[in-house]
Amino acid sequence: MNKKIIIALPSKGRLMEQASGLFEKAGIPIQRTGHSRGYFGQLTGFDDVEIRFLSASEIAHNLNSAEVHLGITGEDLLRETIHDADSRINIEKRLGFGPASVVVAVPESWLDVATMADLEEVSLEFLRNHARRLRVATKYINLTRQFFATRGVTGYQTVESSGATEGAPAAGTAEIIVDITSTGSTLSANNLKILSDGIILSSEAVLATTKSLDITREQSQVLRQIVGLL
Amino acid sequence: MSYRTPENLEALTNAQDRILKLFVNLDYVHVAPEIIQPAEVFLSQSGEAMRQRTYVFTDHLGLELCLRPDVTIPACRIYLKRNPQADQLARYCYVGPAFRFQSEDAGPGQPREFEQAGVELLMRDDKEAAEAEVLALGISAIETAGIRDFTIKFGDLSLFADLIDGFDMPERWRDRLKHQFWRHAALDDLLVQLAGTKTTSDGLYDQTLVNQLRDCDQTNAIDIVDTYLAQNNIPVVGRRSVGDIARRLLDHVADIEAKPLDENIVSTIKAYLAITDGPQQALAKIKAVANAADIDLSTALGAFERRLELFGQRKINLDRAVFSAQFGRNLEYYTGFVFQLEMPGQGIAGQLAGGGRYDNLLSGLGAPRPVPAVGCAIHLDRLLNCASGLKSS
Repeated sequence: MNKKIIIALPSKGRLMEQASGLFEKAGIPIQRTGHSRGYFGQLTGFDDVEIRFLSASEIAHNLNSAEVHLGITGEDLLRETIHDADSRINIEKRLGFGPASVVVAVPESWLDVATMADLEEVSLEFLRNHARRLRVATKYINLTRQFFATRGVTGYQTVESSGATEGAPAAGTAEIIVDITSTGSTLSANNLKILSDGIILSSEAVLATTKSLDITREQSQVLRQIVGLL
Repeated sequence: MSYRTPENLEALTNAQDRILKLFVNLDYVHVAPEIIQPAEVFLSQSGEAMRQRTYVFTDHLGLELCLRPDVTIPACRIYLKRNPQADQLARYCYVGPAFRFQSEDAGPGQPREFEQAGVELLMRDDKEAAEAEVLALGISAIETAGIRDFTIKFGDLSLFADLIDGFDMPERWRDRLKHQFWRHAALDDLLVQLAGTKTTSDGLYDQTLVNQLRDCDQTNAIDIVDTYLAQNNIPVVGRRSVGDIARRLLDHVADIEAKPLDENIVSTIKAYLAITDGPQQALAKIKAVANAADIDLSTALGAFERRLELFGQRKINLDRAVFSAQFGRNLEYYTGFVFQLEMPGQGIAGQLAGGGRYDNLLSGLGAPRPVPAVGCAIHLDRLLNCASGLKSS
């Protein structure tokens, strides 16, 4: 079996810099193969390891399908992308960078809505008055459903949003949103407020490995060694 | 996930034919609703819990469509297409596939593509007679597969609604209690809350604003909220009007000032929901609960008794029937009598058929008037699985 161990890192932005920095600090720097904007690399001292630079959400997908054995990405994306994430991947280490929260935010003008329980009541009223359900714009469809279900909020429907989610209530394409935020300033700039019990997940960048057993014992040992160094 | 073998495919075809013939012979018109349905109209009636299990996709024109997760709504849409005034009596029957997402570890009783047979009886004004007719049909259908040892579990959402309406409490509390009927934990929490702090967000709203709203009427309240929003530079977005917001803030003020829900009411509601018994015993218990609380349930109880009488006339064996006060079939469009035919001890795989009254669904789909409606659906894959289990044992 000459399949390589695949490690995936974010392909751009601060997340990429910080992830690369982590390997450098551990004494196993990454060398990009080909030109500096290429999407492949090697790990110093580990010939059987292939480095791939992918988008953060692709890393989550590829950890799920076990095409990537070790990856660095946001916990929010892992929990959104992977159904029952804890059964498919191990979170080896929380890395302390990229901190942000996935939150439920409603218009500031909703002075009568401070909690998820309020939201449930308002969703009933909304259905009665407008003959349709309250719309939640989000790219976190699964996290939203799980969280709303545990809070007993049912009278809503999700609207998939791939960008600029915070603009949806003003644009009229949704009434409320579930989005990721680090300081909340984008939300307040768009006249939205976070519900007092509306924090779905406090996320940060994590080091995750697949639980897939499709890997040799030697490879598994190498993987453990790398995780230990980081 | 699929357990269809060549042999049981043949058995499935036979069962479809047999059950359809049964329905058609009793004057039910065979309809074949489309498998691909518009997602929006469908999901806005069944809620997000169903959406989570529905196969939704977008076609090349950008239309959001789904594979029907159930056949009741598609059949009702056919009714409205043929009869936009919604004023004709209709008896529809159907047989065909429905689709629901199942997780990888779902058992063989939960295939993601399953065959469903069923009936919908629309616009029959004699409600109990309609319910007895549909229940009897459901029972005949599963008996065609040779199944005999099933139990009939049933409930009645109108009893709960009438019970809540009989108590002295603000109207908005009634709405909230009725809404939480399907969610037992949330209902318990709500009872605790109404008997205690009464509001969902005590102290979390702007207190100055709340104080300004004491002793206000709706018009004054709108002015106060308007001024507050203007002073704080908050634009109104999200489709809810200032009137909607002011009204709920006034409700909040009223909740703070209202006397908490009486402990006796809380214990009466809990005593009612705990009732699970044979039909006659349950009837006696419900009467006892209502009498002790001095609540008049005569309309709903009269319907209950008449229903049992009609069941008897249709030779439905009530020895194997169990009434459960908190049974509501987890589909929020049901409004009254609900039932399920199940094999005891077999979990979800043993839930062979179910149905009930859904009087608000057709208005929700656009009918210009209320349409009394009762339906029943039979899960053919479970039925056959169960029947072949009987044969082999």
